Amino acid sequence: MILVVAQSLSKTYATDSVEVKAVQGVSFEITAGSFLSFVGPSGSGKTTLLNLIGCLDKPTSGSLTVAGVDVARLDRAQAAAFRGENIGFVFQSFNLMPVLTAFENIEYPLVMVQNKLPGERRTRVLELLQAVGMSDQKNKFPDQLSGGQKQRIAIARALVTQPKLVLADEPTANLDHETAYTIIRLMKKMRNDLNTTFIFSTHDTRIIGEAEIICTLEDGKLVRCEEAHG
Amino acid sequence: MGNLFKIALRNLRRYKRRTALTISLIAFGVIFVLVFVSITGSFKQLMITQITDSYLGDLQIHRRGYVASIENLPLNLNLTPAQVSVIEKGLDNIQEVEARSERIKFGALFSTFAETTNIRINGVYPEKEFATCPRMASRIIQGEKGIGALQKGKILVPELLARGFKTKIGDTVVVVATNKDGSVNGKTFVVSGILESATGPGGRDGYIHFEDAVEILRLQGKEVSEIAVRVKSLGRVGEVAQNIRARLDGEGQKQEQSGFEIHTWSQLSPFANIANMIDVMTFFIKLMLIAIVLISILNVMIMAVYERVREIGTIAAIGTSPRKILSLFLVEGFSLGVTGAVVGVLLALGIIAVLNLLKLSFTFGQSAGLILAPTIAPLDVLTASVMVIVVSLLASAQPAYKASRMEPIDALRHV
Ligand SMILES: Nc1ncnc2c1ncn2[C@@H]1O[C@H](COP(=O)(O)OP(=O)(O)OP(=O)(O)O)[C@@H](O)[C@H]1O
Ligand SMILES: [Mg+2]
Repeated sequence: MILVVAQSLSKTYATDSVEVKAVQGVSFEITAGSFLSFVGPSGSGKTTLLNLIGCLDKPTSGSLTVAGVDVARLDRAQAAAFRGENIGFVFQSFNLMPVLTAFENIEYPLVMVQNKLPGERRTRVLELLQAVGMSDQKNKFPDQLSGGQKQRIAIARALVTQPKLVLADEPTANLDHETAYTIIRLMKKMRNDLNTTFIFSTHDTRIIGEAEIICTLEDGKLVRCEEAHG
Repeated sequence: MGNLFKIALRNLRRYKRRTALTISLIAFGVIFVLVFVSITGSFKQLMITQITDSYLGDLQIHRRGYVASIENLPLNLNLTPAQVSVIEKGLDNIQEVEARSERIKFGALFSTFAETTNIRINGVYPEKEFATCPRMASRIIQGEKGIGALQKGKILVPELLARGFKTKIGDTVVVVATNKDGSVNGKTFVVSGILESATGPGGRDGYIHFEDAVEILRLQGKEVSEIAVRVKSLGRVGEVAQNIRARLDGEGQKQEQSGFEIHTWSQLSPFANIANMIDVMTFFIKLMLIAIVLISILNVMIMAVYERVREIGTIAAIGTSPRKILSLFLVEGFSLGVTGAVVGVLLALGIIAVLNLLKLSFTFGQSAGLILAPTIAPLDVLTASVMVIVVSLLASAQPAYKASRMEPIDALRHV
């Protein structure tokens, strides 16, 4: 099943004097259950492309379908609802809510986005805490956790709503190599267990090795996508 | 909803000092307003009863035109016996009327045989006068403190006059007056008491028995200058006046050309202006409270939104609807307002209780040793609290709206 379809997708940023073509005429398809990485030099358009797929930004031209929905057509509120239903996010700097505990951070999307009942919330959060190996840290606040631990919580938060797709822009850039590696392994394990599609971007060559499909961007253009075996 | 409050309260706890400062500011404003309202309110109440219970009565009925020339105490503008009987019958049928006192007011000469001066005299029925103005008895600073002081042939002399003429209890004096037709008549009286002055016009009058006044002025039938009325609840004096007016107007028109006029204490006493000024001041102090709450909450919420741009970006990215984000910040401002209001109300009630224990005394005009007993009506507490909470919500609205309109990618990029 195809989850993401992009056709001649472009994004141009118009600043005062110059136009920056951050993404230019990119076409690709991503199958559900993929473990895919966008790679490329700084400024090649990875973040821009992930933002488009994540419905955080709108394409300048071309078409983009995510989970069968033409996402370019969604207005603000619809896009928010769509993200809440279908997409999980993992951020480079973890972005946990500092006033909530690990448990509450994972629970957040179920409360504030999906309005799930407390019983169901609890079961799901406990399951994910277990899956990311953080059960014993569940009552700690983010500032009491290490970077790797924070990112584990963030991954659990991204998955708690059972999204079709998890997007992670440089999820390991703020971690040391060893932790980065365990985080990417954890992401892959979650994909294996839940069959959720993972799309991430990275600079780190050792992390790239873990991706199953590697798509290379250069100057906003998709140079190639190839299957690798991590 | 519970979760919105949980997050809002934790965010407020996160910036402890700032939150504490804002809450204290709001509480301070609430305390100021409530203590001010309570002190001035009690002061006003005390002053009003001081005036109404000393000599004025809560409202007065005259023949139309009398009050306009009250300085001259015009005998030709007295209520006629026919009018008086209409009014008395009317008043007897009105529940809210507690007591009434018919008075004959006239200017006279007061003579101790050695010296003579002008005096304003009220001829009254002692039982009725003491019932209508209950403080009369306590105003008698020397002599018999009761209705006995106003039996026929006795006179209550105002303090200032007594002091000037060195008049003593038991002295014999003469009161000489000109009647309506211009003929002069006099009568001797025994001084039965010295009357303490009260603030306002009429606070320095002398008093004799109604029938003595009739005799001096050679009145035919029951002519009366004014009828003072005491109502059961001073707060509702306006309503009662309206009620009496409705009842008397028609009948007055029928029986007599001139009719009646009814004035409440506030239309008769210059203290009403002070009372109004207090109300105006209270209004401006409430405005000040609104300004304090508005500025402090607005300030804190603008800071909160600015500091949490990335957090807003994060929750927006993961799908929190703009409306939820809006309510998150509204709830935060609301919580600040509620806490400030609660703390302020509790402290204000404490301060008011302490003021009552202290029994502060003060002097107003000629009345010394008045004890201030501030109280606060539940309605005033409620108004102030509701005002604070509503203004808190209004002040949070703009920053909250701004947060809800943020684009997640811009907010996430913010450092
Ligand atoms: N909001 C923006 N306004 C203007 N230009 C932008 C904006 N965002 C990105 N760009 C430009 O678009 C191009 C692609 O940027 P993008 O952030 O997608 O690159 P990237 O591959 O994620 O780089 P990095 O590896 O450094 O994160 C860059 O030239 C960048 O300067
Ligand atoms: Mg990037």
